[in-house]
Amino acid sequence: MTRFLMRRLAYTLATLLLVSLVSFIIIQAAPGDFAEIYAAKKADAGAVISAAQIAEVRRELGLDQPWYVQYGTWLANAARGDFGQSWTWRRPVGAVIAERLPLTLAIAFATLVFMYVVSIPIGVYSAVRRYSFGDHAASLIGYLGLAIPNFLLALVLMYLSQRYFGQSVGGLFSPQYSLAPWSWEKLQDLLQHLIVPVIVLGTSGTAFLIRAMRAAVLDELDRMYVLSAKASGLSPMQLLLRYPVRIALVPIASTLGWRLTYVISGAPIVGVVLSLPDMGPLFLNSLLNQDMQLAGALIFLYCALTIIGTFLSDVLLVALDPRIRLE
Amino acid sequence: MDASAQAPRRRWWLFRRQPKIRRHDLASQWQLMWWKFRRHTLAMIGMVLLGLFAAMVIFAEFISPYPPFERNPAYVAGAPQIPSVIDENGNFRWPPFVQGLKAERDKKTLRLNYVPDPSVKWDVGMFVKGEPYRLLGFIPTDIKLFGVTTEGGFMHLFGTDFTGLDLFSRTIHAARASLGVGFVGVVISFILGAAIGGVAGYFGGWVDNIVMRLIEFIRSIPTLPIWLALAAMLPRDWSPLATYIAITVILSLLGWTWLARTVRSKLLATRQEDFVLAARLSGCSDTRIIVRHMLPSFMSYLIVDASIAFPEILLAETSLSFLGLGLREPVESWGVLLFAAQSIRSIDQAPWLMIPGVFVIIAVLAFNFLGDGLRDAADPYTR
Repeated sequence: MTRFLMRRLAYTLATLLLVSLVSFIIIQAAPGDFAEIYAAKKADAGAVISAAQIAEVRRELGLDQPWYVQYGTWLANAARGDFGQSWTWRRPVGAVIAERLPLTLAIAFATLVFMYVVSIPIGVYSAVRRYSFGDHAASLIGYLGLAIPNFLLALVLMYLSQRYFGQSVGGLFSPQYSLAPWSWEKLQDLLQHLIVPVIVLGTSGTAFLIRAMRAAVLDELDRMYVLSAKASGLSPMQLLLRYPVRIALVPIASTLGWRLTYVISGAPIVGVVLSLPDMGPLFLNSLLNQDMQLAGALIFLYCALTIIGTFLSDVLLVALDPRIRLE
Repeated sequence: MDASAQAPRRRWWLFRRQPKIRRHDLASQWQLMWWKFRRHTLAMIGMVLLGLFAAMVIFAEFISPYPPFERNPAYVAGAPQIPSVIDENGNFRWPPFVQGLKAERDKKTLRLNYVPDPSVKWDVGMFVKGEPYRLLGFIPTDIKLFGVTTEGGFMHLFGTDFTGLDLFSRTIHAARASLGVGFVGVVISFILGAAIGGVAGYFGGWVDNIVMRLIEFIRSIPTLPIWLALAAMLPRDWSPLATYIAITVILSLLGWTWLARTVRSKLLATRQEDFVLAARLSGCSDTRIIVRHMLPSFMSYLIVDASIAFPEILLAETSLSFLGLGLREPVESWGVLLFAAQSIRSIDQAPWLMIPGVFVIIAVLAFNFLGDGLRDAADPYTR
């Protein structure tokens, strides 16, 4: 058990290191370095900048060093939470992201909970009542859920709620709560606003999980142990929940890491469309404005979130299913 | 091998009649797959839909009543016009018509509104004359599938956008870029996947180990943020064609992993098979064994993976273009058209701008159906 965890942890750390290298390459690959952007900004403001001054700034920031030294510096600073300066926000990147990270995490977590809470009962139902009306309806919705792009679903829901409920779904707080201190009402307001992003982000994952759960339960229902349990007089509901569903849950739970990757991957675009105050709009704007310090840090965070999440789900799985430890 | 060698010789004269040979016993592998595929209703529906899309791509100029960049200044941000055969008195009328329209300025908001003009009806006909174009790129003609025959009339089936462009014609034309990106992307992923997976499966050992770690790594990172970052790095002053190619390459860079994994595992599995041994014993070179004997034996699984990769690339391109980081005008894809529907204000004024999205959904559904059917048919020897 400990050995398994140690190996997994080492692997996770190695992956994180690789991701940091990718993020750094993306920062570096953008045309123009920080000193040139700085000079261009100054020149826009009317100041005269000489080549010597640019070289000066470059030396101050360590941009004249070879790339691996720069990478080392960047990584060492990043480990302490210092991702450099964002020139669009004129503030440290770390501080800009810190404001938005909690909401990103909240949305991702709520989406995961939503996906599993909705898909497991529906999947079990579809398996037990195979080829019933409900089963067909579930698989139809499942197909559609896989085919609709996230942003289109967000647009449609936004349009419908604007038109028929007269309520805007953009943002995460109603105007009267956005600056108010935390209170019970504010939390309720937040939860109400979370519904649409969670549905949008969770639909395709839910569709996938329903199909997986249905197949897993169907596999178990034909087993002999189900027959023998039935013969020994267990009530159908008790039997279903105690044996086939429990076994079918293991492969479903094992995809938790992948689901998380999908949710995180879809999050930026949904954040942009619904104008949520999470990392999404920040990321898109940083890319459009070539604010690469910020963009690189955000890419690193997005990847780190999925990698750490996958690690946690692996640990959870080992706790859930002892058979995996033997591998 | 051994079992069949030791089986008793069949004494045929003991049987009065030869055992009946079923057609399944003689059919080739691909024949069996087709028979199995045909029974999958959804997959057949998917195939028909894809056929329609193919027709749309080939005959775009014929199907669309207007050129994709022809503005109609008399109908800006206009709602879809649906032809009808019942007039306002409930009487049947032939040929079909669309209601004539006149522009009226709202006194309060100063916005132009189009109100029906009951005295005017525009007839709609099939195979009408339109702008001259070249069918299939070389047959000069001016016949369109359908259009308005009344002089001065117009019909925009999906409405128009904020610059007066016909959305129906643009959507039909956009199928070319959207499906083109998917197709080329799948081809590139296919080549990458087959090459990398082939190397891993063939050499095994540490090469295999490194490739598998790389695949695991790519799988564990969220794809969309990486795609967005790579697309944002493309210089803005590149020509639309260069951007188009670059976006396709970027999308396939992360899409090859599934194919590579299948190629690798199938190579490892078939390496032990008797027919490979037989080929080796008869002196085939390694290349010939892989290309001529091993690859065809699991080609069907690769086709399944390709049919799954296609919708992913299509969705990714649509998302990127929607955010303004993918393809750009004058290249038209469904994502580029949806870029106009980005803000809640524009959808509120013109909800029909979301129609290209319906085409994306149908295309993805068709590929998913097809993929399901292919997956069932890929192994025709299991019942």
